[in-house]
Amino acid sequence: MTEIFGIPLLALAGQLLLGLVNGSFYALLSLGLAVIFGMLNIINFAHGAFYMMGAFAAWMLLDNFGIGYFGALVLAPILVGSVGVVVERLLLKRLYRLDHLYGLLLTFGLALILEGLFRNQFGVSGETYDVPEVLEGALNLGFMALPKYRVWVVGFSTLVCFSTWLIIEKTRLGAYLRAATENPQLTQAFGVNVPLMVMMTYGFGVGLAALAGVMAAPIFQVSPLMGSNLIIVVFAVVVIGGMGSILGAIVSGLALGVVEGLAKVYYPEASATVVFVIMAIVLILRPAGLFGREA
Amino acid sequence: MRRLGMALALGAALLAPAVLYPVLLMKVLCFAIFASAFNLLLGYTGLLSFGHAAFFGGAAYVAGFTIRELAWSPLAAVAAGTVLAGVLGWIVGRLAIRRQGIYFAMITLALAQLLYFICIELPQTGGEDGLQGVPRGTLAGLDLSNDLTLYYVILTVSVLVFVLIHRTIHSPFGQVLKAIRENEARAVSLGYDVDRYKLLAFVLSASLSGLAGALKVLVFKFATLTDVHWHMSGDVVLMTILGGIGTVSGPMVGASLIVTLEDQLADKVGALVTVIMGGIFVLCVLLFRRGIVGEASAFWQRLLGNRNSSGI
Repeated sequence: MTEIFGIPLLALAGQLLLGLVNGSFYALLSLGLAVIFGMLNIINFAHGAFYMMGAFAAWMLLDNFGIGYFGALVLAPILVGSVGVVVERLLLKRLYRLDHLYGLLLTFGLALILEGLFRNQFGVSGETYDVPEVLEGALNLGFMALPKYRVWVVGFSTLVCFSTWLIIEKTRLGAYLRAATENPQLTQAFGVNVPLMVMMTYGFGVGLAALAGVMAAPIFQVSPLMGSNLIIVVFAVVVIGGMGSILGAIVSGLALGVVEGLAKVYYPEASATVVFVIMAIVLILRPAGLFGREA
Repeated sequence: MRRLGMALALGAALLAPAVLYPVLLMKVLCFAIFASAFNLLLGYTGLLSFGHAAFFGGAAYVAGFTIRELAWSPLAAVAAGTVLAGVLGWIVGRLAIRRQGIYFAMITLALAQLLYFICIELPQTGGEDGLQGVPRGTLAGLDLSNDLTLYYVILTVSVLVFVLIHRTIHSPFGQVLKAIRENEARAVSLGYDVDRYKLLAFVLSASLSGLAGALKVLVFKFATLTDVHWHMSGDVVLMTILGGIGTVSGPMVGASLIVTLEDQLADKVGALVTVIMGGIFVLCVLLFRRGIVGEASAFWQRLLGNRNSSGI
């Protein structure tokens, strides 16, 4: 049996894949945070709550309407994203002229409300959501077996992340978006409907969080508290990567998931804390973040 | 006017145990210290920390551990908790002041979460159960297991803390902090070492938060993971905003209201408490950002202003 630093290769590969799965969720969530921050200058504390709502939306779609996983993959982000659009219109819109910190505080309150409502309705124990039939079982590579669902999660979220990056960097819509991020007044003067773009951007970011939630549903328990601890790790990821760059958010999300997976193998006690420790080290060595520009 | 208000508040605090349950009053005082310490940072330096639970809860664990396992006196234990919170504050502060604004909030939150996970792992904290049954002991011959005695001890400490905060705010040091809050770039250009001032304010705020956490252990005789959880950090932010950011009495008012509300609602609405707290948060941010004390004093100023202009 091949071993690396005393750990069997198979166990290592298994944890690496699980780390990549977690990293995919970090990447999707920090990408959403970065897109929203670029446009609205708001750190969306409710991002974890929207992720949780995505998972619950998938569960409810199956339970009440018999809509399966792939249907939920499309519908849940649209549903939760619409909630985001309403939130932007009713609440966030009123804060744009104030200090950025008020956005953080408002979305923190919003996260408490959403989390409390779901906890009141569903309790803390959580619901189970089965892996869709097509993705059950494992791919046999001869020397090891890869669980199909995990491979799917990593593949699909990477695809979504890079498509988002392509849209923002390479299309006309993305150019408008970047222009509006840089100078909203001037962009508006050129006839671009900036308020509409701001609204859609928030909805899109929230939708990404919900998408991550749907994909997480078969792996973790669908529970009201699933988002709140995760979002703090994602904040650390964002501090490490710096929010200036979309690609930075994606890469650091995936990388930190892998690091966390490695920590689970070599030093399990540190697996919950390793991302925070890395954040502290990055702050000492490169305060602006790995991909960040000093604001 | 202000002195009269303070005398009235102190008189009410002295007589309060005759009508109200002393343990609830002590809880209010602990959180009033906590929120005032937090306000020193948010209200007077303009730094929003989302990780103050680390100092509150960290000190609570130290106080609980030293009393229960090492049989320290309550005075020594509370002092140890306060000092540890100050040291933690120095470490967290050193890291967090490297970034500004929103990043500062996220870094303090993440570092507090780091401490939370460490507290789960460490055997000394008792894991999920926390440290239960911490005896109150005696202080200079006074038996602190009597609720009323402990109440007056904590009231004395609270008054001292409020005087200290009041003095700090009105000292030259406090003026520099306000200058940093108003315009950091200008404070730098005037030659102030802004990072040093921020760090000092952070350490002071963290130490006093620790003092509040250590006193809380004496009151309730336990320290648990709730004390270091980020919900606690959120609670103290809410108390300060509700009462009024950057006002001396605001955090005390906010702490009294939130503690009483939580106490009244705890067994009636279950998980909906979080919803109500979140709702208050949203309302404060949208409708009255100056908080209760801030809005009241603005109203009072308007009233005075009108009378002056009409009375000629």
